[in-house]
Amino acid sequence: MSKSNEPVLWLLFSAGGMISAMVFPMLLIITGVILPFELAGEVTFERIHNAVKNPVVKLVLFFVIALPFFHWAHRFRFTLIDIGLKPISFLISLLCYGGAITGTIVAAFILWRI
Amino acid sequence: MTTYRKPVSNTWWLESKPYFFFVIREFTSLFVAGYCLFLLVFIAKAGDSQEAYATLILSLKSPISMVLHLISFTFILYHAITWFNLTPKIMVLHLGEERIPNALIAGAVYLSWGVVSLIISWLILGG
Repeated sequence: MSKSNEPVLWLLFSAGGMISAMVFPMLLIITGVILPFELAGEVTFERIHNAVKNPVVKLVLFFVIALPFFHWAHRFRFTLIDIGLKPISFLISLLCYGGAITGTIVAAFILWRI
Repeated sequence: MTTYRKPVSNTWWLESKPYFFFVIREFTSLFVAGYCLFLLVFIAKAGDSQEAYATLILSLKSPISMVLHLISFTFILYHAITWFNLTPKIMVLHLGEERIPNALIAGAVYLSWGVVSLIISWLILGG
């Protein structure tokens, strides 16, 4: 039997799917309304600034962003193939996983720099 | 020998409700990736300076941001619910000989979702 990358990709897909399902709805409420309209009182810049500079927080944020990128890549790849783009499936894979890898590198770079 | 396969039209997903909702579910991934990009901008600004962060928070009050957040929230919520409802079908757990009922696993997943959401808001917004 030939080796396949599918199990690894599926693992990244499901880890990213679980993380985004668990974490993103609350984060959307926070960045969408709570922070801009100060619904939980004033959250100071220092608080957020120090949080994103914390090495443990950075590590968590890295996985919270990188894994959902791979979730997108895997799911969107098959969505495009399913709706009729099978003839260019190789190009689609390249763009999807390439996009996720790029997103991961950008995330690492941004977190490293701050 | 080649067998004849009836070609599938590219609009198969418009032909029935379950197919349509399946494709909607698959398209939620676009909003997941979009929100990842937003988080990267947010982190970069928050890690930069008070001015950069203040400008970002101000832009979050704009109607465009509110509409984008609302649409993303709707799709990502749909992703979360469909994802959690699938979890018991994929995770088959046994306790001794007994198989743990799907409803119990689903309940545990939804409970974790609530707990995680509370922890996130407590960590970010403070007590």
